[in-house]
Amino acid sequence: LASPPRAVNVDLQTDATLQVDISDALSERDKVKFTVHTKSTLPNFKQNEFSVVRQHEEFIWLHDSFVENEDYAGYIIPPAPPRPDFDASREKLQKLGEGEGSMTKEEFTKMKQELEAEYLAIFKKTVAMHEVFLCRVAAHPVLRKDLNFHVFLEYNQDLSVRGKNKKEKLEDFFKNVVKSADGVLVAGVKDVDDFFEHEKTFLLEYHNRVKDASAKSDKMIRSHKSAADDINRIASSLYTLGTQDSTDLCKYESLLKLLTFLCFKIEARVAADEDLKLADLLKYYLRESQAAKDLLYRRSRALVDYENANKALDKARAKNRDVLQAETSQQLCCHKFEKISESAKQELIDFKTRRVAAFRKNLVELAELELKHAKGNLQLLQSCLGVLKGNT
Amino acid sequence: MADSTKDPPPGCADLQELEDAEELFPEPALTVKTEPSASEPASLPAEDISTNSNGPKQDLLFDEDPEDLFAEATEEVSLDSPERDLLLSDGPSPAITPITPPTSVITPCIGHAHDDMFTHSSFDEIEEEEGGDLFDMNISVSDPEKVGDGMNAYMAYKVTTKTSMSVFKRTEFSVKRRFSDFLGLHSKLASKYLHVGYIVPPAPEKSIVGMTKVKVGKEDQSSNEFVEKRRSALERYLMRTVKHPVLLKDPDVLQFLESSDLPRAVSTQALSSAGLLRMVNKAADAVNKMTIKMNESDAWFEEKQQHFENLDVQLRKLHASVESLVCHRKELSVNTAQFAKSAAMLGNSEDHTALSRALSQLAEVEEKIDQLHQDQANADFYLFSELLGDYVRLITAVKGVFDHRMKTWQKWQDSQMLLQKKREAEAKLQFTNKPDKLQQAKDEIKELEGKVQQGERDFEQISKTIRKEVSRFEKDRVKDFKTIIIKYLESLVQTQQQLIKYWEAFLPEAKAIS
Repeated sequence: LASPPRAVNVDLQTDATLQVDISDALSERDKVKFTVHTKSTLPNFKQNEFSVVRQHEEFIWLHDSFVENEDYAGYIIPPAPPRPDFDASREKLQKLGEGEGSMTKEEFTKMKQELEAEYLAIFKKTVAMHEVFLCRVAAHPVLRKDLNFHVFLEYNQDLSVRGKNKKEKLEDFFKNVVKSADGVLVAGVKDVDDFFEHEKTFLLEYHNRVKDASAKSDKMIRSHKSAADDINRIASSLYTLGTQDSTDLCKYESLLKLLTFLCFKIEARVAADEDLKLADLLKYYLRESQAAKDLLYRRSRALVDYENANKALDKARAKNRDVLQAETSQQLCCHKFEKISESAKQELIDFKTRRVAAFRKNLVELAELELKHAKGNLQLLQSCLGVLKGNT
Repeated sequence: MADSTKDPPPGCADLQELEDAEELFPEPALTVKTEPSASEPASLPAEDISTNSNGPKQDLLFDEDPEDLFAEATEEVSLDSPERDLLLSDGPSPAITPITPPTSVITPCIGHAHDDMFTHSSFDEIEEEEGGDLFDMNISVSDPEKVGDGMNAYMAYKVTTKTSMSVFKRTEFSVKRRFSDFLGLHSKLASKYLHVGYIVPPAPEKSIVGMTKVKVGKEDQSSNEFVEKRRSALERYLMRTVKHPVLLKDPDVLQFLESSDLPRAVSTQALSSAGLLRMVNKAADAVNKMTIKMNESDAWFEEKQQHFENLDVQLRKLHASVESLVCHRKELSVNTAQFAKSAAMLGNSEDHTALSRALSQLAEVEEKIDQLHQDQANADFYLFSELLGDYVRLITAVKGVFDHRMKTWQKWQDSQMLLQKKREAEAKLQFTNKPDKLQQAKDEIKELEGKVQQGERDFEQISKTIRKEVSRFEKDRVKDFKTIIIKYLESLVQTQQQLIKYWEAFLPEAKAIS
């Protein structure tokens, strides 16, 4: 699989000191193997260029290690790539295989081709998602130095990260429940800092709207694909119709078939464009905005801890007991809070910049693609019309 | 990833191939195959010559020259077909026989051999006449209005005919008709022409549910859609009927189009006794069909029957796919509208001004695209889905006509068998001394002989008619589909042009995001 073009969804600075991409990928029955390729002038690595093979679980491990690292509390952790999901596509292919007897060879071949193309598209997308994650990490001034990241890139053995077992998954679940309850609590606390107050309000609303837009765009694209599938079926029917008629009508029917393929192409292309430029963009920013929210949550948590530490210090001073301990604790909380606030501010500004740039890029590309296809289709349709009308 | 979409299957959407596709629309070949020459006149007993006094005007001037009769002969009539002998009898030409038979007569041809020839020739003649008096007719069905209230209410449609054809008294006229009138017309035409091999276009289907909604007075979108669907179907039905050169001249058709008063067709109600009787007859027919084993001597019929069976299956499948497409497109329209709203909301909450504006613009574009989807769905439906539905029903009529041929054959065979039996009985009677019984037997035999000969003639007649009809049907089918495809392509062209407009307006907004 040739390396897909980078920067599908996000606008990233390319930095010669560390470049990461996924140069190859292999889809096996129940897993995907990504070949992570690194080019670096950094002294940390033994070589300047090297590759390792990684699976999805190892990406998750890396992401989780960032999330759990207290030092990174003040950064937006790049969202983890979604799990490769070929189930739907596999199911369709299986159904097709089962129904092979009920359709003509032509129909079967065509449907198979379409499903294989769909499978390939999903595959390419999952590769891109995993790649974007790595690139985000590599572009981040702090995260790129992370030791786990270097191990991930360089260690050419299996990292042996098993997926979380039931107990751990349950722990995660409860952590999230607590977090969201906390989140509600914390969101109620008005921030002194205008910048963060604004960001909080903005992100909460934005995140929900992106979620809605993402869901609606998915629905729209699914309908589009259904319509395209129908047209595909119609084309197959017309084909069989044509081959049974007398030769005169057969020529006519083959033109019909041509036209229907054209219609299919029109629909399928539009659906694919929308999918790439719009749906993927929205999905990605859904995840990023969640990561930004998480940052804000961590900051709020730190603020609450700081405020609690202040209260505890006051109490200790009043009682004149464990004052030193309280002071140290308060200083730590203060320091943590300030550190997070400082980096968070920059992160959120960067987030906005990235977001605006990504939207701009994708909207422009969407419009350009739609125009290109519409113009192409128009030309083709007009030629068809010319042929048909000229023949009367 | 953006541009690596799959290449289209080879050979399609290729401009070059389109340019080579100039020959894709061949004109059906009309060759003059036979050279008429005199042969023995068939001697057949004359039947009642019931002239069609209520027929159309005698504008059909019969051409004395027999050679012109075959100007429109198609390849289908083989040189050695038995029909030819009938056609080539050179008896004196009687006065014009208009094509419309009275309902009581079985065959459209009136009377004896010469009339047979002239009927065929009259059919050819009509076609030739068509060449002189070109088919120029446009019927529109419009202005549906509800008449009456409650369950007795009905929709009245205005039927407007615009024509320059000589068979009509005026060039433009309109009448008010209701749905059962159309059904009545079809019923009459079917009873006159189906059993002699003419493909009578079927009437639009009844819909109790649809009509009830209208009667009850539901003024919502679905009942409006129903009325529009029906109006369009009625229009197509009438146009198909008048395009048939024989049906056009039928007095019932003319009366339907021209006269302001029409006796109400009562036996068309779905739940009437007549309706039930029809259903029972249909079932009986189906059973009979299974039991007739015809010795098909003519491979053409066998081949064509198979062809129509296949066509039936394929068209039904296609129809189902198109209906599914219409459904998904409507869904798409709904989902696009929802997405548009969602994008607008997103734009509202976006705090970067230029991006916010661009997202709102995107929402507007998507809203407009939603409208395009709706229009496209309508085109899909009205152009394709309905056309396919019409053809599925037409094919049923075609198959019916083939079935009638089988029944005609059966009738002929039955007469023959009966004749055989009578002859045997007569032979036996020869040895008895019952002169009056013998005479009776001889009379019966004479009558049966006539019946057998008539049966054979009927069979050959229907066979010939069917050949003509099938060729005409296929020609029309190609024309119909071609017209629809052109219309559909034109609607697609429009859609693409609109899309270009919308995205071109949007692009600078997207680029303006800084």
